[in-house]
Amino acid sequence: MASLNITNVEKSFGHTHILKGINMDIQDGEFIILVGPSGCGKSTLMNCIAGLEDVTGGQICIEDHDITGVLPKDRDIAMVFQSYALYPNMNVRKNISFALEIRKLPKAEIEREVERVAKLLQIEHLLDRKPGQLSGGQRQRVAMGRALARHPKIYLFDEPLSNLDAKLRVEMRTEIKKLHQRLGTTIVYVTHDQIEAMTLADRIAVMKDGHIQQFGTPQEVYDNPANRFVAGFMGSPSMNFIDTELVNHEGQVCVKLLVMDQLHYLPTPSSERGLLERVGQKVVLGIRPEQITHVIPHYASNPSTFIVKAKIDVIEPTGPDTLVLVKMNEQEVNCRVEPHEAGKPGETMSLMINMSKTVFFDPITGERL
Amino acid sequence: MNTNPNRRYADITGRALLYAALGIMAIYYLLPLALMIVTSFRSMDEIRMGQLIDWPTQLNLDAWRIAWSEAQIGARSERGLQPYFINSMLITLPAVAISTLIGAVNGYVLSFWRFRGSNLFFGLLLFGCFLPFQAILLPHANVLGRMGISGSITGLIFTHVVYGLAFTTLFFRNYYVTLPGELIKAAQLDGAGFWRIFWRIILPLSTPILTVCVIWQFTQVWNDFLFGVTFSDPSSQPVTVGLNNLVNSSTGERRYNVDMAGAIIAALPTLLVYVIAGKYFVRGLTAGSVKG
Repeated sequence: MASLNITNVEKSFGHTHILKGINMDIQDGEFIILVGPSGCGKSTLMNCIAGLEDVTGGQICIEDHDITGVLPKDRDIAMVFQSYALYPNMNVRKNISFALEIRKLPKAEIEREVERVAKLLQIEHLLDRKPGQLSGGQRQRVAMGRALARHPKIYLFDEPLSNLDAKLRVEMRTEIKKLHQRLGTTIVYVTHDQIEAMTLADRIAVMKDGHIQQFGTPQEVYDNPANRFVAGFMGSPSMNFIDTELVNHEGQVCVKLLVMDQLHYLPTPSSERGLLERVGQKVVLGIRPEQITHVIPHYASNPSTFIVKAKIDVIEPTGPDTLVLVKMNEQEVNCRVEPHEAGKPGETMSLMINMSKTVFFDPITGERL
Repeated sequence: MNTNPNRRYADITGRALLYAALGIMAIYYLLPLALMIVTSFRSMDEIRMGQLIDWPTQLNLDAWRIAWSEAQIGARSERGLQPYFINSMLITLPAVAISTLIGAVNGYVLSFWRFRGSNLFFGLLLFGCFLPFQAILLPHANVLGRMGISGSITGLIFTHVVYGLAFTTLFFRNYYVTLPGELIKAAQLDGAGFWRIFWRIILPLSTPILTVCVIWQFTQVWNDFLFGVTFSDPSSQPVTVGLNNLVNSSTGERRYNVDMAGAIIAALPTLLVYVIAGKYFVRGLTAGSVKG
């Protein structure tokens, strides 16, 4: 367990710059998720932390010790790989004890440690099996066991759940979270699954093109995205982006919204301060699907909610909610409504828009206003 | 289930034709071997009196004994193929072991520890697979001479190791690139170094390709005639050269039975290797092509 400080880390392969100045300060015991689309550099950053790739520039410190040039084996880091990377020729017990044997721990201690880890992960009955005889979930556990066995300072998880089926993935997700709560270890975890990111992380780092776009708690990243990319990446279905214009309407900064030939002026939330000077300019309104719902009577009187009538194009039932696709400003917008309130395609329904959590972006740069 | 009777007859006819074709080809390939075996058990009198191709009237082992230890080959004091056979063993076993092992290390480096220019290195190494060995005879003789090992068993081992490496490296490299690279990363984080990863993780996973490589190299080295005849002196000649000399040293009549027995003796080790490890050979050759 330890803190991890990454300062200005850069990595290039020839002329391809993968990491362009990464800065992260990770506290002892934090669960950090690196998330981003493929090719954003998250796995490269992970390999740099582990020492499997040399950095081109910058510094990596564990507990204030500079480990930038240190060999992987001397960094005291354990990693769980996407393919699990269990040694196929060794049984589970050997897989777990391999690192301990190399570190020349006494036999009795190795045995004790294997027992402890096996008990922790409930794989005691699998110890004498070869990896080939295990199911995907069991291999996943063994891979975690191998990481846990030597009490490293930092754990790295490289998309550890992406090879599991959907049900098992949810189970293992919960289990990893429990494990972290129990052991209080520092974890850096790479995923491209934003639900995994939201559920597991203490803080999320959203990456794109070798830069960290935003580094904050899941709720911050969700409610207060730094730019349009982060807003669109986190959340499923993703945030609606509506091209619109800021106008001064009856003394309030409003956005223009055309729904079924009816022009609405919706006041922007007072928290979005920078909008006044942009009046008259084009902006992108970001609004999450759950902020456009069917009309809920006791919310309807709330000053930040507005009711519009819209024609339903498509409905997508998900079980708990039904997603209703409508057009606003000639653009498709997803709304999340109660299943029995949703109309049929072609029908008109009243939708309640909650403006209090809307965000605004520059249409060209995509930056938050 | 297939219930249509016409389809069933068509299937059966197809099968029958297939097996007939396979049978004919098998006979075509086995017939020379069968003739050799049959002839080697006949006495010269039988061969002289009767047909060239006939069953032996009695099992006569004279030809085998003569070929193995009594035939006068060239002007040597030792008789028979035995000393040549021992030479071949002394050359083949170390040459196969060394070239296989170095090939494994080469493949390991070229797959997991790439360095600047490693692809170019591998590409150049592949030229070795297409090299006509006649082209290097003279320069290589020079090299052996300067090393002071020309005409010796050591010289032949060295030659076979050097010219076998292109193939063994190719085998191992192509097998290892199918192994997941994360395995190496995991072992590195576990604290294992270059050699420990090789011995403890990579080599134990190499059984199929080791088998292929050993069979390939064994066959190549054992059956080699060109190097054996060029780079040896009488005390280090391999069995292929011995067989050639046996068949060509004529003092009077040609002893077909001895020639046949000698040829079988010379071919026996490779034959045995194929029979014992043949199924691994096929399995290993295809091992690289299917992932997982």
